[in-house]
Amino acid sequence: MDGGVSASDRTQSELPRPMEQVDLSYSRGPDGTLRVALGGDWTLERGIPAPKAVIEEIERPPLPRRVIFETGVLAGWDSGLLTFLLAVLSRCAQLGVESDRLGLPEGVRRLLALATAVPARPDRRASRPEPVLARVGGAAIAWWSGFGETLAFIGEACLSLLRLFARKARFRRSDLVLAVQDCGARSLSIVALINLLVGLILAFVGAIQLRRFGAQVYVADLVGIGMLRDIAPIMTGIIVTGRTGASFAAQLGTMEANGEIDALRTLGIPPMDFLVLPRLLALCLMMPLLCLYADLAGILGGMVVAGSMLQISPTQYLLETKHAVRLNDLFLGLFMSAVFGVLVALTGCLRGIRSGRSASAVGEATTSAVVTGIVSIVVATAIITAISYVLGI
Amino acid sequence: MSSAFEQRGGGTLEARPKITVSGLTMAYGESVVMRDLDFTVNERDIFIIMGGSGSGKSTLLRHLVGLQEPARGTIFYQGTSAGFWEMPPPERERLLRRFGLLYQGGALWSSMTLAENVALPLQEYAAASAEEISALASLKLALVGLSGFEDYYPSEISGGMTKRAGLARAMALDPDILFFDEPSAGLDPLSARRLDDLILDLRDSLHATIVVVTHELSSIFAIGNNSVFLDGESKTMIASGNPRQLLAESKDPRVLAFLTRGEEAGRG
Repeated sequence: MDGGVSASDRTQSELPRPMEQVDLSYSRGPDGTLRVALGGDWTLERGIPAPKAVIEEIERPPLPRRVIFETGVLAGWDSGLLTFLLAVLSRCAQLGVESDRLGLPEGVRRLLALATAVPARPDRRASRPEPVLARVGGAAIAWWSGFGETLAFIGEACLSLLRLFARKARFRRSDLVLAVQDCGARSLSIVALINLLVGLILAFVGAIQLRRFGAQVYVADLVGIGMLRDIAPIMTGIIVTGRTGASFAAQLGTMEANGEIDALRTLGIPPMDFLVLPRLLALCLMMPLLCLYADLAGILGGMVVAGSMLQISPTQYLLETKHAVRLNDLFLGLFMSAVFGVLVALTGCLRGIRSGRSASAVGEATTSAVVTGIVSIVVATAIITAISYVLGI
Repeated sequence: MSSAFEQRGGGTLEARPKITVSGLTMAYGESVVMRDLDFTVNERDIFIIMGGSGSGKSTLLRHLVGLQEPARGTIFYQGTSAGFWEMPPPERERLLRRFGLLYQGGALWSSMTLAENVALPLQEYAAASAEEISALASLKLALVGLSGFEDYYPSEISGGMTKRAGLARAMALDPDILFFDEPSAGLDPLSARRLDDLILDLRDSLHATIVVVTHELSSIFAIGNNSVFLDGESKTMIASGNPRQLLAESKDPRVLAFLTRGEEAGRG
């Protein structure tokens, strides 16, 4: 390289950095050869000039016959030089200009050969944008097939239950015990705390209104009936969805991602029996129990407010509660919580087993398990409440 | 281009130590995995860490890349002021940027496309514009033969391609030292061979030093020019040096059994 500047060449070092760091110059010889001289330190740290100027020079008519590189004073290089050269060389190839890589350092030549060894697969971005109608249609089809999968899952779960009653279902007893422990004993404290607070809130709101009519003592009726029939089962259901349903989905989703569920299938063990059944049974058994504790906690909360705000003694409060609450109210709540247990277990397991095989898919499965669980709890409450109204329970 | 880099093969290159491990003892809490490791990885070596399953190869790798602190001993890298854990944290961070690590399963971030996976280290550490970064990411993917796969997600490509994409990410910052954890595990023989060739090519063109954890004999002999042999029983290293030389000259029945798949031991 002759210092970058000579009488005939059109040196354009349009780079903002000092010349002694990165040096780029080019000149046309009389025989149609474009000489590109690279000098200095061609590293990303120093900054790499854009290949645009060189490419424009190559495109300028008359087209050069060939392009040669001179790197005699190149001090150092890294991937930055490679991207620069790749851009220049691919433009040369497009224009049919011959390029001579011999002047490049050997390492650069090897890497360029490596980078161009495998032809690029056609970019698929071109085929990507889909019309709105197609997307809507795709979503609808996906929803419909998801609905079918859900039905199939429920059907499989029913068959699995039948196998259980026929004593043909295979699962490990310890799995059932672990699930019982997780959704029973370990959930108790949070369920009790939340329901105690909900009982407090309910009594508090009720007390303010009832005091205006001098009907303070009916706070016990409000809290008792409200908690037993609806609020305790719903709150418990929602807590268990967030706690246990989410963990079911994450567990089974991870197992699916690891291929553990396929391993069960190939052994001829239905994952429905082995994984879903113990969880389903555990929740179905533990939810009414949790709900019973939730009822007690709620009544206790109401009693605290009644005692401190309305000067109703605990005996008075309990007597009034006993008066107001019928056994049917209790059973309705317990029945509802058992239904919620089934719903939470099924949505959690369904989302887990149907989850994709990546970390984000497991996350999505968990989210969707919680959302579906809560929605199904609320819908089930509405249906059961309507039926019990018609039946006069 | 300094001319020393251009001399390849032939053994004319003077051996300059890149990583020096001295008196290294590795432990998880109280339980010692390996003790008294002493070896040197030279510049532009392809250094093999070998040994049976569970002998602590991956643990040694975790120590070499600074993910785990040694119980005793030091690891010294060329061009630094002190051992890895003795140097000031900013210097340690600068050193870490010179490492590239290919994890066993690729460990690609699943929520990002291949190009985004490769571009993330560049966005964090390289002073380059978005355009340059995307050109660099495409270059790295092209180097591992994944040209045109920029917009694919890790879940959409095969296991071998995942490995190669992981390698592209490991090379994003033009590392000085490339670490490979079981590069050929789970690959068919042809893909494993191609990966070996790629490793050799990268060593020769990027002038990187390469450390490979593996127990694939074909890879060990094809690419390794230096090694350390870990023995899980005695919890220390029992051999080091060029694997082919070890095969020819070692007297240790454990090393021979490993390098000949037990045939030598059967004969003796």
